[in-house]
Order: sequence, then C-alpha cells, then structure tokens
Amino acid sequence: MMIGTIVSKELRSLFVSPLAWFLLVLMQVVLTWVFLGRLDAYLHVQPQLQQIANPPGFTEIIVTPVFAMAALLLLMIIPLLAMRLLAEERKNRTLILLISAPVSITEIVLGKFLGVMLFIAGVMILIVMLSMTLSAGGTMDSGLLISNVLGLFLVTCCFVALGLFISSLTMQPIIAALGTLGVLLCFWVLDILDSGQGSWIHYFSLLKHFKQFNSGLLDSFSIAYLVLFTLFFIALAIRRLDGDRLHR
Amino acid sequence: MTDHGVSSLTLSAQHLSREYSHTIAVHDVTLQLRQGEILGLLGPNGAGKSTTMHMLTGNLAPNSGRIEICGIDLLDNPKSAKAHLGYLPEIPPLYMEMTVDEFLIFVAKLHRIHKKSIVQAVECCKRRCGLMDRGRQLIGTLSKGLQQRVGIAQAIIHEPDVIILDEPTAGLDPNQVREMRQLIRALSQSCSIVLSTHILSEVENLCDRVLIMNKGCIVLDQALADLQQKGTDLETVFIRLTQI
Repeated sequence: MMIGTIVSKELRSLFVSPLAWFLLVLMQVVLTWVFLGRLDAYLHVQPQLQQIANPPGFTEIIVTPVFAMAALLLLMIIPLLAMRLLAEERKNRTLILLISAPVSITEIVLGKFLGVMLFIAGVMILIVMLSMTLSAGGTMDSGLLISNVLGLFLVTCCFVALGLFISSLTMQPIIAALGTLGVLLCFWVLDILDSGQGSWIHYFSLLKHFKQFNSGLLDSFSIAYLVLFTLFFIALAIRRLDGDRLHR
Repeated sequence: MTDHGVSSLTLSAQHLSREYSHTIAVHDVTLQLRQGEILGLLGPNGAGKSTTMHMLTGNLAPNSGRIEICGIDLLDNPKSAKAHLGYLPEIPPLYMEMTVDEFLIFVAKLHRIHKKSIVQAVECCKRRCGLMDRGRQLIGTLSKGLQQRVGIAQAIIHEPDVIILDEPTAGLDPNQVREMRQLIRALSQSCSIVLSTHILSEVENLCDRVLIMNKGCIVLDQALADLQQKGTDLETVFIRLTQI
C-alpha cells in the first residue's frame, strides 16, 4: 500500500512538471517521423521484395527500427527523469519526510522505481499503438512485436534502476543525470570491445542484449541479464539510502 | 520509578552515542519525555542537538544506545515506532509543487491513516494549524510562516504521541512567532513535544523541562519550575554551562 502511495506521488510530480510532457512530445515526434520514414521506404521497396523467395515482413522493416530508436531515446531521456528521484529530494530536504514516516527504505525505492516505470509504460503503449496502425494494411508479426515490447521494457527497467542508484549518490540532480547518461552509454556500447575469442566483456553490453529482442529472439540469457541488472542496481540504491542512516 | 511513571513515558532514549568519522557528535545522551510534557532542547551550534533529533526520528542510527517511542524500540521496530512520531525538521520538508490539501493527503497516506478518515484528518490538522482557507493553494506560493504551519500540520496529521520540532520559530516575524507558540502550547494538550531552539525566552515560555547540551553531552536536565524556584536565570545557567 505504501509503495502505491509513493508511486502515485511520483507520477503526479512527473505530470505537473513540464519536463515529462516535453519529453513525451519529443519522443512521439521523433518516433512518428522514424515510423513514417520507414513506411515510405517499405512502400518503395515493396515491388522488389515480392520477387525475393522469403522476403522480410513489414513488421521487421518498419516496427523494428522504431523500437531501436525508442530504446536510444529512452537511454537519453531516462537520466532526466531519474535524476529527480532521490537527488532532488535530498536537495530540497524532503527525503527526511519519507524516512521519518513509517515507510521502509525498500518501499521508498521501489515506489520511485515503479512510478517512473508506469510513466514509461504509458510511453510504450503509445509506441505499440503507433505500430498497431499497420495492422490495418496487413497481418502483423505479433511475435516480433511482443519480443520488441518485452526487450524495450526490460532494457528500460535497467535504465531506471541505474538512474535511481546514481540519483541516490548525489544531491545534485544535474550530476545524477549526466552520471547516469555516461554510465548508460558505457553499458550500451560495451559490445564494441568484442575482440573475438575469449572476450567476455561484451556480455555486459545492454545493446547486445536488446538487439536479441529487437530481432525477435527471446533469449533466456538476455532476459536473465537484464532482470539481474535491474535488481542489482535497485538493491544498491536501497543499500546506499540505508547507508545514509548508518554511516553518514 | 513507579509503574505509573514508566507507563506515561512517551519517549525514552538511553545512552545514545554517535560518531562522525572519529569525531564524537553525541556522547552518552539519555533523555525521557512524559505524556503532555514539553522538553526544551538547548545548546550552542554544534552541540549535537540536530544529531540527537535525527537519531530520535530514525534518520540516523546511533552507534550505541536505544530509543523507545511509546515503549516500541525504534531500531528493532522502526515502522511501528515511527507511527507514534511527528517530526518537523529545521527546514520543513514540503513539496512546493503540491497544494496544501494534496500534500497533507499524501502525508496522511504515508502514515497509514484509513482511507475513510483521511479527509477528516486533513481538515482537523488544517483547523489546528490555521490553514483552513489555504487548502487549494500551492505550497510554493505560501509565506514562510504559512509553510512552517504546513510543516507542523504534516507532523501532527496522524495524531502522534511525540512531536519533535527543530527550531520551529526560526525566520518567522514576531506575530507568527506568537501564533506558533500558541499552537505548540495547544498541541501539548494531547501529546509530548521536544522543542529545539536557540531562543531562551521560548523555552521559559513554553517548556516544562529544559535540557542543555554542550559538545555532544547533556550538561543540564532539569524542570524549569525547579530552576525558577532556586531563583536561577536560564540565560546565566546556559552561559555558565556552555562556555566550558
């Protein structure tokens, strides 16, 4: 119940600030632009595709790039949403209100995480609705769509969890945002370091795991990695906040 | 101590100590608060008052010692203990983008007030704090005095047994200070209060007992009536004890 109270407060705070609305509009404009661009490209190549024996479907050509772009946009947007979560509460001295109330640190952190995730869920519903408009013109590859939705959702959980943790480290929201963006970019592009044999560092790349979902592959290793990544950083945020009380 | 004496204790802190990176901020602080009592916590800056208050409200864990609020151990059972506690820090913890009503409803939910009783609780604490016609106003647009009242309202909405107020009159104009003191006096009818302040006259006006801290230790814990009976001036005592 306490988590629900914090979730609804977080959502409310998001929607009373112009930032969330601005980011929502920005995402919709960019994604719709990508969507229409891909649709246009598909219509151009459609006659040639019909001559291929096993042509890619329109879901693969149009929807997949939209989700890839959405992941990239969320990577840049989530640091701005997550920076407020704990850093701003610290800066405004309001965190003390939550900590003095009969609420556990776990409830505070989970409430904040779920609050942002609910906002992101709204964004994802808009992306799915955008993709579903294609079903008016043919049969969609629902498996590919589900895999993309799941991948985007899991990778977003990682972004928010990391943002929440970095937000717990500082009382400067801007530092939290830049820190989150920097670390996320590092995790995103780790697969560049894939030097071939014996290399293991690319396994930590969020992009590598997202690509699996993006191409329609539900890999249990990727699911496990993204879930563990999220849980790890949520646990670190709880520990960090509790540490404030113990080791300050 | 009699059984009756023990049962009327609302706050009991035993041998609290706290260090910050090898600096002792609070050393062996023991304090008790009885039902309906107002305890004035005095001390120069850096004496350990805020650290003590942070420990009493569960914002800081003591290195040693125990704290009980209405007989519930704050460290073993923080959720139940905090339910009996209201806290107004030096800077009121307010969300400036919320209206007074929204904020108080949020705090009421945080304190697990039953859904059906929330409206009544919000109205009641607004009435007590003189915020009746401010419900729909954004907190960020209120004056400092009114923000301080909202701060008190959030501390009393769940009708706690213990209220901890950290410099509640700081930065208020003389009229607001008078109103705030009246409010604190009225609150003491139903609960016990720890009041931290730098203003000695405030303690003399409001408190039943005074506790003076210096360099992390308690240097005086006495009923004001006793001091007055001895004909001792609080200011003289304060200066004598804190200039050591």
